[in-house]
Amino acid sequence: MSNNLNFHFNVDGENFSSAGEASVVVKKKLRQLGFPPDIIRRVSIAMYEGEINMVIHANGGDADVTVDDDYITIVLKDTGPGIPDVSLAMQEGYSTARESIRALGFGAGMGLPNMKKYTDSMEIDTTVGVGTTITMKIALNK
Amino acid sequence: MNLSELCEKLSLTVVAGDTGKTFDGVYAGDLLSRAMSHVEADNLWITIMSNINVIAVASLTEASAVLLAEDVELVPEALEAARDKEITVLSSPLTVYELCVKIGEFAS
Ligand SMILES: Nc1ncnc2c1ncn2[C@@H]1O[C@H](COP(=O)(O)OP(=O)(O)O)[C@@H](O)[C@H]1O
Ligand SMILES: [Mg+2]
Repeated sequence: MSNNLNFHFNVDGENFSSAGEASVVVKKKLRQLGFPPDIIRRVSIAMYEGEINMVIHANGGDADVTVDDDYITIVLKDTGPGIPDVSLAMQEGYSTARESIRALGFGAGMGLPNMKKYTDSMEIDTTVGVGTTITMKIALNK
Repeated sequence: MNLSELCEKLSLTVVAGDTGKTFDGVYAGDLLSRAMSHVEADNLWITIMSNINVIAVASLTEASAVLLAEDVELVPEALEAARDKEITVLSSPLTVYELCVKIGEFAS
């Protein structure tokens, strides 16, 4: 499709200060493109949580956002430690974040649950010692 | 309610941004994931978190303003980010609870 849009971001794992930047840029673009506030909010929450997870748990990674006629698709790919027990990680409040990270306000253990809640589909492909790829879709046709 | 009116009533300090806009609803809390999903557009967000990540969440949620309780100070890079993203940041020596009570009184 000729009117697909792609955004690519390299998410820096060293830098807590820029954490959330990719989400802020995507939000701005979606706004310029005139998407409804509800869609923008859901994309913002899901992408922010995924982006933060790559920074605090996986030493950074790549974020790709694609907009086509039917979906906004967010793919977050890292080569971090992987998630040993996905159903445990999906539980609200479960977090392995270190104390120093919690002191910054992260580590509520609500990231993955929120990503699932605010998207229409979420797939987690993870292998311990190899990395994690999360694909989230938000449907555009009501 | 207007932010400037709120500033006047509560003797708030304007740390960054403009107060010539209104807010509608309040969220109080410090955990970023919680704030991310509960701060609604145009809300006033009361917190004691003062690092740069607060500015990203305020920007993403389109909060009307961030109100820092207990006189916590924005770290310099957060202040810079607030200016850059045009986020209004206010501050007060009062605790989160005291601020909520006072704002609740005005609202009723
Ligand atoms: N990209 C990732 N790589 C490795 N582990 C992850 C990743 N994302 C999440 N996790 C694991 O899943 C847990 C729960 O994630 P989340 O719900 O976002 O909570 P939080 O980030 O607050 O800890 C994390 O504490 C971490 O152990
Ligand atoms: Mg998380």
